[in-house]
Amino acid sequence: MEITVNGLKAHAATGGRDLNADEPAVILVHGAGLDRTVWQLQTRNIAYMGRRAYAVDFPGHGRSEGKALNSIEEMADWIPAFMDAAGIDKAKLIGHSMGSFVTLEAAARYPDRVEGLCLMGVSDSMPVHPDLLAAAERNERLAPELIIYWGLGEKAKVGGHPHPGLWVHNASQILFENAGDGVLFNDLAACNVYTGAVDAAGKVKCETLYILGKDDMMTPARKARPLADAMANAKTTVIEKCGHMMLLERPNQVHDALRGFV
Amino acid sequence: MVKPNFAKFDTLALHAGQQPDPVTGARAVPIYQTTSFVFNDTDHAASLYNLERPGHIYTRLSNPTTAVLEERVAALEGGVGAVATASGMAALFLAVATLMDKGGHIVASGSLYGGSHNLFTYTLPRFGIDTSFVNPRDPQAFKDAIRPETRLVFGETLGNPGIEVMNLPVIADIAHEAGVPLMIDATFTTPYLINVFDHGVDIAMHSLTKFMGGHGTAIGGVVVDSGRFDWETSGKFPTLTEPYAGYHGLDFAEEFGTQAFVMRARAEGMKDFGACLSPTNAFYILQGIETLPLRMQKHVANAEAVAEFLDGCDEVAWVNYPSLKSHPDHELAKDLLPKGAGSILSFGIQGGRDAGRKFIESVNLASHLANIGDAKTLVIHPGSTTHQQMSPADLESAGIGEGMIRLSVGIEDVADIIADLKQALRVSQKG
Repeated sequence: MEITVNGLKAHAATGGRDLNADEPAVILVHGAGLDRTVWQLQTRNIAYMGRRAYAVDFPGHGRSEGKALNSIEEMADWIPAFMDAAGIDKAKLIGHSMGSFVTLEAAARYPDRVEGLCLMGVSDSMPVHPDLLAAAERNERLAPELIIYWGLGEKAKVGGHPHPGLWVHNASQILFENAGDGVLFNDLAACNVYTGAVDAAGKVKCETLYILGKDDMMTPARKARPLADAMANAKTTVIEKCGHMMLLERPNQVHDALRGFV
Repeated sequence: MVKPNFAKFDTLALHAGQQPDPVTGARAVPIYQTTSFVFNDTDHAASLYNLERPGHIYTRLSNPTTAVLEERVAALEGGVGAVATASGMAALFLAVATLMDKGGHIVASGSLYGGSHNLFTYTLPRFGIDTSFVNPRDPQAFKDAIRPETRLVFGETLGNPGIEVMNLPVIADIAHEAGVPLMIDATFTTPYLINVFDHGVDIAMHSLTKFMGGHGTAIGGVVVDSGRFDWETSGKFPTLTEPYAGYHGLDFAEEFGTQAFVMRARAEGMKDFGACLSPTNAFYILQGIETLPLRMQKHVANAEAVAEFLDGCDEVAWVNYPSLKSHPDHELAKDLLPKGAGSILSFGIQGGRDAGRKFIESVNLASHLANIGDAKTLVIHPGSTTHQQMSPADLESAGIGEGMIRLSVGIEDVADIIADLKQALRVSQKG
């Protein structure tokens, strides 16, 4: 679907189903340098569970117009703008990596509009390795390579994926490479300087589900603990033999964890 | 500066796509010789059918043994995913049928495997798809042949049997300027000798029957998606960018992005055309791929020695092998194929068709049969076998003379190969 948000065309995948205003809304928010298609299986699964699923492309990502937003706070403010344009009063938010910071901040800022929060691949901070940041700034292929090297669990690096014929390494690499010049750097820089995660977690009132990868080197599972501890109503699922890219690495386990949430 | 330390080609050839069996601990890839897979419940079944969850339903669509092969080839090629098929020809048809409908047009190299040439010339026109053949050494000819309805540019890394080296980066640019993908049959080179996606190719296909399997035991094919072609921007591929009624209006590019092609190929092509690979054949081919790097090194070393030998024989009129300085594509081959130009070569014998027949019937170690890429040395006379359906004009256009011999150099001791060729050449010149 395409709608206008803040004067710019915004795109979201809806899981192949027509939207029904009577169904609860779920918004899926991608990570740095990615787009809606990272949620390809989850979007369809949630939609066919009878929900209005919106896997959004942030401005400057995927098929959405405009420049990439510069900070986690700006991205968080974009979420209610998207909801207004799409006619969504309240929604459950699901975020991965940078998207988890964005949805966390949005849930803290707009508690009346967020009915539930799911944070995947999240930690209390996301300091970005200076070499990765530098490679992203130069738009080098090395940047996505480093993300995949650190982001995929050891199991995913060898393969044996449940999705027949899919080579997750390159499926991830090409997705990152498709980001426009400067987009990955912009997003990584936004994650690097964001320090509001623990404060935001303390303001979240809704039910929150954490889905973490046991072998995640980018956002180690233990570093999500300060966020969960700051919340009154948090549950955590840790997926074994899984890195940071759990959506692609372990889709069945992610489905199982999301089933009760959405 | 930190550098990622990913598994290298030789390691991927042995490991990619497989984890030791979690139940039995089996280290080798098990053969899942089953037609079907039990669902957990009705919701699970529905979600598998609806492409919401990954998994296996029915072996025509996917199978765990075949999936290891698909993932391994995708890893070796550097693609996002792959679909294995019953043969290389099934892979070619699957790709074409996924990309276009009636009214579509293909620009293809004129130097192709005879089966591919036949499909394009005689069979696809019955379904409303036409092909223009051009000289593989003439990029401008590719450009000139592209029409508004062109949906694919196609060729082989090394032409069959002319062994022309296709200038992939240049022809890829021409295809992309026209908004169409370049698909390459890389059977002759395998991903060990050239990674075609690094040179702008969008889709790769192989006859796995040949070097990939390597032992002449199993027929198979595969099509691999680079994930790099932008179907949406091109606007010429409604099968990938518009709702597909066969899956409740699924728009593959919208939902699966970089995997649109390979997802549609499986969801529609394997379901409706049904040319699936048997799990046992997938197993045989996987055994071959484990030693692909070692075999290709020996194939190339032997082929170079055989080409040098033939080039110095009085009974031989000409030798067609890109590693020879006399080959028109020698410099291009050095650039695109630094590890070697494969192990297929063609040559002409003094004395034409009769001398060729005597040679073929006199070899002892080499086998006269319709295959290439076996570990054993093979010979054939293309004009009377693999390319016999081609007209004299098409044969001429493909560079196939009546006396041409095609040689697939195996990995025997090269002295034994040369000794066999030497005695057969001697016989070929007797009256």
